[in-house]
Amino acid sequence: MSTVTQTESRELAPVSAESLAALLVAGERPPRPSAWSASMTFGWRAILKIKHVPEQLFDVTAFPIMMVLMYTYLFGGALAGSPKEYIQFLLPGILVMSVVMITMYTGVSVNTDIEKGVFDRFRSLPIWRPSTMVGYLLGDALRYTIASIVMLTVGIILGYRPDGGVGGVLAGIALLVVFSFAFSWIWTMFGLMLRSEKSVMGVSMMVIFPLTFLSNVFVDPSTMPGWLQAFVNNSPITHLSSAVRGLMAGDWPADEVAWSLGWAGLFVLVFGPITMRLYNRK
Amino acid sequence: MSTQTTSGLAIETAGLVKTFGETRAVDGVDLAVPAGTVYGVLGPNGAGKTTTVKMLATLLRPDGGEAHVFGHDVVREADEVRGRVSLTGQYASVDEDLTGTENLVLLGRLLGHGKQAARQRSGQLLEAFGLTEAAGKQVKNYSGGMRRRIDIAASILNTPDLLFLDEPTTGLDPRSRNQVWDIIRAVVAQGTTVLLTTQYLDEADQLASRIAVIDQGKVIAEGTKGELKASVGAGSVHLRLRDAAQRDLAADLLVRALDAHVQPEPDPVALTARLSGAASEDTAAEQAARALNELARAGITVDNFSLGQPSLDEVFLALTGHDTHKTEADRNDKDDKDEVAA
Repeated sequence: MSTVTQTESRELAPVSAESLAALLVAGERPPRPSAWSASMTFGWRAILKIKHVPEQLFDVTAFPIMMVLMYTYLFGGALAGSPKEYIQFLLPGILVMSVVMITMYTGVSVNTDIEKGVFDRFRSLPIWRPSTMVGYLLGDALRYTIASIVMLTVGIILGYRPDGGVGGVLAGIALLVVFSFAFSWIWTMFGLMLRSEKSVMGVSMMVIFPLTFLSNVFVDPSTMPGWLQAFVNNSPITHLSSAVRGLMAGDWPADEVAWSLGWAGLFVLVFGPITMRLYNRK
Repeated sequence: MSTQTTSGLAIETAGLVKTFGETRAVDGVDLAVPAGTVYGVLGPNGAGKTTTVKMLATLLRPDGGEAHVFGHDVVREADEVRGRVSLTGQYASVDEDLTGTENLVLLGRLLGHGKQAARQRSGQLLEAFGLTEAAGKQVKNYSGGMRRRIDIAASILNTPDLLFLDEPTTGLDPRSRNQVWDIIRAVVAQGTTVLLTTQYLDEADQLASRIAVIDQGKVIAEGTKGELKASVGAGSVHLRLRDAAQRDLAADLLVRALDAHVQPEPDPVALTARLSGAASEDTAAEQAARALNELARAGITVDNFSLGQPSLDEVFLALTGHDTHKTEADRNDKDDKDEVAA
């Protein structure tokens, strides 16, 4: 490392004052980018980061595969007679659970970024303020899509046969990605609010575990005690997994889709402004 | 370029205050920075330089006072201000995971350039900064000098009306430092105003036309370089004599010849004479030559001689009566606060 640095500084070409001067004069100032264009540019940054550090795709590949295999074979025989029967019920749910769990890494990446100087530069740019955050989420939406495709592939290998066909499956994934995009504003908030990466991780776990497990992902809630049913039946994760399950099965669960989108809208409306307030105050 | 406001000031602050808990990191700072110049803000670590810059660059909200950049209020008209300034922070303000080209294209796009234009301008800047070879490497593999270059290149993607350079040469070797100075001169020659913070007097001396010295959140001196030097002194002559017994005699001679403040050093053969800048029209070197002549005529043998610019310590000694080290505890405290704020 040090040898590389030394050679580089020794061979560093001189700064050309003339061409620099020409550049400074010639630099016309283009109109400001639109909100959409700035957000997409930040999304492109997220994709570049994946390109340079492909290991970060581990959580959207290995982790989802593990989730499908583990729960299919762990509960399959006991709950549905056989893993092959169970996966018909489980796959859309475990898909929802895994992707929603993966959203929490958004908070961690926001938190590690704000420690760096580049964040100050972004914040001093004359652009639509939320675009930095939207950019993270757009990059993450790509990750959610990758995770969904990986899990479906594994599921189909294990015997999952969606009655909804390609259309139903795509509609299910689209709903899941939209919901996750909206849900992630919770994590951008925590990423900006908490002081360290570890505390972001800790708080995220506290939120995500009860929220995803206390749902209809694994079993029909009718066997649960009444007080728990009250929670589970109204949980956004239950609505979402019912909606995705229905769409992939070829039904049109309008109520559940509406509930999922309603929750998604609520998350953006509540946590979006809090995130931006923290971002501006940081 | 419309850098001129009616007042001709790029930056104007009045009673600017920022507190972090109990600490007043910036404690009533008044600045008036003329457009088109390099303005130096000189002070030790934790004096409040970075906090001041962050408030002016709309990154921190002031707790008191007012600040205007080209006539725009930094709080109420933050967006206007952002459109005209660029910031190069104390730590490289680029994405270390991305390559040089990717960083510049990213920022070019965020500043409104189309894909083609952003690529073209990045290529030109990388070439002008001598970074063409490193363009495809991740910035985390860059040397300190290269980082500074890419950082400044990122700041002038759109030629800014006002450029904040927060300690641009801290941690650089002398050669890289000179190169950064050349870049700063080229930028200013094109009409950009530069606010430069630094811990080094010679850096401010090299680049800035006016200098504000700040300590513990307050401006303790402000003026042109000439005015500042007059109040601080032109530099110091350090002498080592062959014979310790002659030191008192030498000190007397120096006081008479130079009207200098002479201080014996712990080493019995060494002494330091602080040259006063105001007393004489002569340069420090001329004064020093005269002093050596006087000593030689009196038969005093000088083994070693050096002439130094006044150090930041000496500036502080002259301006505040205490040197920078006395505030070590405060400084550490404020440093921590700055970190939290960042």
